[in-house]
Amino acid sequence: MRPSSTNFRANARAAIANRHLQQVLDQTRTGFVSRRAAAVGRLPEFDRLRDEAKAIKDHTLAHLDLYLEHYEARVHDSGGTVHWAETPQEACAIVVAIAREKGARTITKGKSMVSEEIDLNRHLEDAGLRVVETDLGEYIIQLRGEPPSHIIAPAVHLSKSDVEALFRDRHPDLDPGRALDEPAALVAEARTQLRRDFLTADIGITGANLLIAETGSSVIVTNEGNGDLTQTLPPVHIVITAIEKLVPTFEDAATILRILARSATGQELSVYTTFSTGPRRPGDPDGPEEYHVVLLDNGRSGLLGSEFQDVLRCIRCGACMNHCPVYQVVGGHAYGWVYPGPIGAALDPALIGLREARHLPNASSFCGRCEEVCPMRIPLPKLMRHWREREFEAGIAPRTQRFGVRLWAWFARRPVWYRTAAELAARTLRFLARRRGRLRRLPLAGGWTRHRDLPAPEGRTFQALWRERHKTLRR
Amino acid sequence: MTARENILARVREGLAAHPADDLRRARIEERMRARRRGTTPARARGDREALRALFTEMAREAGATVESVSAGEVPQRIAAFLRARNLGPEIRTGNDPFLKGLAWQQAPELAVSRGVADADAATGVSAAAAAAAETGTLVFTSGADNPTTVNFLPETHIAVIPASRIKATYEDAWDLVRRAHPPATLPRTVNFVTGPSRTADIEQTLLMGAHGPRRLHILVVADG
Repeated sequence: MRPSSTNFRANARAAIANRHLQQVLDQTRTGFVSRRAAAVGRLPEFDRLRDEAKAIKDHTLAHLDLYLEHYEARVHDSGGTVHWAETPQEACAIVVAIAREKGARTITKGKSMVSEEIDLNRHLEDAGLRVVETDLGEYIIQLRGEPPSHIIAPAVHLSKSDVEALFRDRHPDLDPGRALDEPAALVAEARTQLRRDFLTADIGITGANLLIAETGSSVIVTNEGNGDLTQTLPPVHIVITAIEKLVPTFEDAATILRILARSATGQELSVYTTFSTGPRRPGDPDGPEEYHVVLLDNGRSGLLGSEFQDVLRCIRCGACMNHCPVYQVVGGHAYGWVYPGPIGAALDPALIGLREARHLPNASSFCGRCEEVCPMRIPLPKLMRHWREREFEAGIAPRTQRFGVRLWAWFARRPVWYRTAAELAARTLRFLARRRGRLRRLPLAGGWTRHRDLPAPEGRTFQALWRERHKTLRR
Repeated sequence: MTARENILARVREGLAAHPADDLRRARIEERMRARRRGTTPARARGDREALRALFTEMAREAGATVESVSAGEVPQRIAAFLRARNLGPEIRTGNDPFLKGLAWQQAPELAVSRGVADADAATGVSAAAAAAAETGTLVFTSGADNPTTVNFLPETHIAVIPASRIKATYEDAWDLVRRAHPPATLPRTVNFVTGPSRTADIEQTLLMGAHGPRRLHILVVADG
């Protein structure tokens, strides 16, 4: 999809004012959080597994060139083909070329965030191909012509009546008298519609949650079984994925799988975890005859060795956005690109440029919950802070903001001035607040008081208290 | 320069690594050879009986139904399961030697057909290669014995697993697959299956039978 992250502030305001969206978000706010907490509570080893998973990824990233080579050789040995793509355009062109060569007309797709990242569906449709998303949530938003609003629950911003209206509008052979007001009826309707496509597609495209270097396998994790039908029934299976998904062995994959579903949906394990290695073997009665892997870079290699390398550990579980107070009120679409929430704030600037994504690292209260729940221990607030620094240094932030930061820095480097200014400011605010103890309006900083009052400072400044405490301790 | 060369060059540049660094290469090769395991859940420790009990409990929690049977009973139990749910007696299954060796003549009402599953197959029966007790997970391997479509296309999936193949962890189950398939001959697909297909994509309401089987019935077969 084309990014619209520069509009984040307007998008967020519109999302907050959208009562329908707020109602849907309200319903979903607590589900993910409580289910994750319950699953984590049942596994005493969870935190140790997080440490191990982090170490696995750090090791793999530190040797990524060699693991990529080994993985490619193993895919080749098992009869598959690896295609390398530096850019989204290259990746799409590779898939289109395979489709042309096969004379394909219909393509079924399992859920893949990388394919969203490279806008694959649009490229395939431009090439005259029919593309059918088979994950229920993805299918719904494809019919609506929308991007996903959540990386594991793409249609989380819609209510069942939205889906009912959509199916009535878009499924021409649907009996108007049929009741569709329950989710179960909607799921059955989608199952019936998609069966035909599963069985007649010429190519199946899936993503990969992990790639295993030792065996040259790709791993997908789903609950619906759509990914398996997508990759088993058509004669060609294309995996569209990115270079940072590698792990060395099955044992390493097992460690990560133990924390992935628990962090994402609160399940012990997703229903289907599938390891695919090459095309069907001689004598196999089903499975694809061809197996292709498209390995995308799209800016990831440039993060290695930088202060942003940690973001490459991400396994796309969505826990950070599920626990984010900002995501919870604005929803995924406000972020304006495929990866929303804290992971988007840390990753999107690297993939679409800081100028485009500059609001995202700023859309955080730095409460730290994202880092607390991240199964891969990615220091998300720290990464957002690094992007803010870069934004300042590159002169991308608005002039008033940069002036403010510079002014603050001047005082911060001069303790006497800082102390004096802080005391003066505290006294002024107290005076302005009078007896109410709160400020309704703040001159020059109206944003702080637009939606709530600012409590006036009480008592003495932090520095004054600190001095006194030290004096007491010395005595 | 090809895309491949460019990407690898940028990765090496970022890592300040040299392509001919033998020490790094030795490190990753040792790492893949060692196949070191991480922490495995303490809940999955115990003797055979304990593992079987844990497997049953976890699979049920994931929405599967489980019963313990002797090998001789399997065909009748399958017939009884289908009858109790008003499902047709037609079953689709591959050429799995364990399944083939069962006394199918004892359940003459079953209509057994062999091969891949297609759109018409209502019930698939397959033998699991292994299972992991820690989460009640079955492991299936693709091939003529148990075609992958049998596990995914029918609305009802009946899985048969000899109790001796129930292992503690994913790693133990994977070792069983490794032993059955010498190096470099891993089956095309290895499926870990934990309960029946489901979705929560509409208002986070959990519903069974999204695209894969609506119900998963597991027959744990006592050995010997």
